Amino acid sequence: MSHKKYLRNNKLPHIWCPGCGNGIVLSAFERALEAADVDKDKTVIVSGIGCSSRMPTYMDFNTLHTTHGRALAFATGVKLAHPELEVFVVMGDGDATAIGGNHLIHAARRNIGLNAIVINNNIYGMTGGQYSPLTPTGMKATTAPYGMVERNFDLCELAKAAGATYVARGTVYHAKQLTDLILESMENKGFSLVEAVSTCPVGFGRRNKIRGNYQLMEWVKDQCVNVKAAAKKTPEELEHKILIGKIHHAPAEEYTACYDKIIAIAEKEAKR
Amino acid sequence: MAAFRKEIDLNLCKGCGICIDICPKEVYDRDPLGKPIMERDENCIYCKQCLLHCPDFAIEFIPLKEGEADGK
Amino acid sequence: MANNVKLLQGNEACALGAIHAGVRFYAGYPITPSTEIAEIMAEELPKYGGKFIQMEDELASMAAVIGASLTGEKALTATSGPGFSLKQENIGYAAMAEVPCVIVNVQRGGPSTGLPTSPAQGEIYQSKYGSHGDRGAIVLTPSSVPECFRLAARAVNLAEKYMTPVILLTDEIVGHMREAIDLDEARKAEVWDRKKPDCKPEDYVPYQPDENGVPILAPFGTGYRYHVTGLTHNKTGFSTMVPSEVEEVNWRLVNKVEQNADDIVEWEEVYTDDAETLILAYGGAARAAREAVEELRAQGEKVGMFRPISIWPFPERALKSLLPKVNTILVTEMNAGQLAQEVERIAGGETKVQGLFVIDGEIMTPEEIIEAWQGVAK
Repeated sequence: MSHKKYLRNNKLPHIWCPGCGNGIVLSAFERALEAADVDKDKTVIVSGIGCSSRMPTYMDFNTLHTTHGRALAFATGVKLAHPELEVFVVMGDGDATAIGGNHLIHAARRNIGLNAIVINNNIYGMTGGQYSPLTPTGMKATTAPYGMVERNFDLCELAKAAGATYVARGTVYHAKQLTDLILESMENKGFSLVEAVSTCPVGFGRRNKIRGNYQLMEWVKDQCVNVKAAAKKTPEELEHKILIGKIHHAPAEEYTACYDKIIAIAEKEAKR
Repeated sequence: MAAFRKEIDLNLCKGCGICIDICPKEVYDRDPLGKPIMERDENCIYCKQCLLHCPDFAIEFIPLKEGEADGK
Repeated sequence: MANNVKLLQGNEACALGAIHAGVRFYAGYPITPSTEIAEIMAEELPKYGGKFIQMEDELASMAAVIGASLTGEKALTATSGPGFSLKQENIGYAAMAEVPCVIVNVQRGGPSTGLPTSPAQGEIYQSKYGSHGDRGAIVLTPSSVPECFRLAARAVNLAEKYMTPVILLTDEIVGHMREAIDLDEARKAEVWDRKKPDCKPEDYVPYQPDENGVPILAPFGTGYRYHVTGLTHNKTGFSTMVPSEVEEVNWRLVNKVEQNADDIVEWEEVYTDDAETLILAYGGAARAAREAVEELRAQGEKVGMFRPISIWPFPERALKSLLPKVNTILVTEMNAGQLAQEVERIAGGETKVQGLFVIDGEIMTPEEIIEAWQGVAK
């Protein structure tokens, strides 16, 4: 049996369905953690609710499986109380952008040093395939039987506009690149977000007549354009495309470091 | 090029078939449960696409020790 | 002679009491009439190396407090009515995951937005049953400024000792009233810290209860890696659906409060030795009740007062011991008769329970209470 340095190997096999992209993301994430040689004792993995938020269960760290949508708010408490801890936050698309949308934009605005990984499988998987704010317009879901009528977010643009200082998008098809992007995001001191475009063969693929686990991954791949290649394309050519790679990086002072300066001022004032 | 021996943990494998479909060299065949059989291991080029895309942590590439055969 | 007497608001005393007890993390969201607590924390905590953050909403505040507590910090948030409703899911999480924290609810008029600047006591049951599922609840109700300090500190102590959220249930009267408090005296209050594991990390079982039914959760970052979840879990911290394990944790969450009630309950009795009738009041409303009792005693009436300081768990045994000689209990509260239901349950038909329930947004007066007493006791 394989033994991964950063997994709770005795918790495997995981609960995810055959062909679920969550396992591919966890695998890519685990390789990034190995490459960065992170300290298990000083690392916290926080998640919300949903299929992907079960991820910390399988990870050998200080793990915190919270309430639906609130992972970033719990993580903010962890990081502000103890900035020396490395904090990752794993969320699904519904968790991060619907019920937790407010916490997402404010964590980005503060530029707090959290590494967010949003696993976007275009659907609420655990409840059986309802549409989320990231379900592409027109695609089917149990609650969009005639096709998603709402417009969907571009998560990376949302995070960038809200103030995230590192934003990237990878996919489960581009698994090696996903590891590289997660690794790169860890180097950013402030709020980093990596969107991992994933696959839900049961809740999304089957309902949208994209049959086969690998075929669904190819369906994702066929829409992808690397950001570098995209720079040379027209907006028309990029319509309905998924941009992958490093989308945005604009380093700025991290929030808990800013707060430490407040402490220095207050302590000085108290001594007076 | 480094050589490896592959191990597949059929207790972890859920038979999603991604490794079978993604392999550029058609190393794997499908068993009746949809799980991979290393039918043409001699074709393996160690690209690790199966490893990178296995959602179940079922595939392992173990570096060969000196003098160890890779099954080819 | 006391040398550090200050004229403080209840809300200010709350904040200082919490800091005395070791609170070094506050997350909150502005809401009347609790905001002063946040303002003082913003100013004071960084002086102690502590952290203050104004979160984007009430839910996030509760979440951040839990996150901070898991790193070992003593953490507190304050809110009022609508905010208390919004916090409920994460309060339930703190109860389920057994993360110590304190929530101050400065009660105002409800339901809904209600009366933001008027007092009420409408969250008696919400403070116990506001989040879904069963659990033991610890709820303390101060009725003076010095008591705000003392009970804020005690709330922190109890949270740390029993690894659970503790509610400090104040109200707009107590929160905004100014009274003298001797801070040197107040700061003699003892401070308890949560237990830390002393075993090797590989032997650590996070939700293994101690002799009081309380687990020992190691602060994140100290080498004891474990899993925290709001899912029903077994001793290892991982989720379970095994009926025996589910039953064990569910009963433990109730019993760690109920079976330690003697250590938690607190109450005050005034003139109960020879009392034939009792006025039962708590929090801000107890101030008027106290005055009414003094007035009635001056008139020669054998009236006593019973003031539960912890309303959950309720000082049941203490009240029961008074029942044989008491023929009527008048419960005076600023709601439509919430705690009166618990008093009726305890009285069990043995003693008549009557109520003065004021929900007009005004502070209850001693005159109203005397009039009500004359109506029921004569």
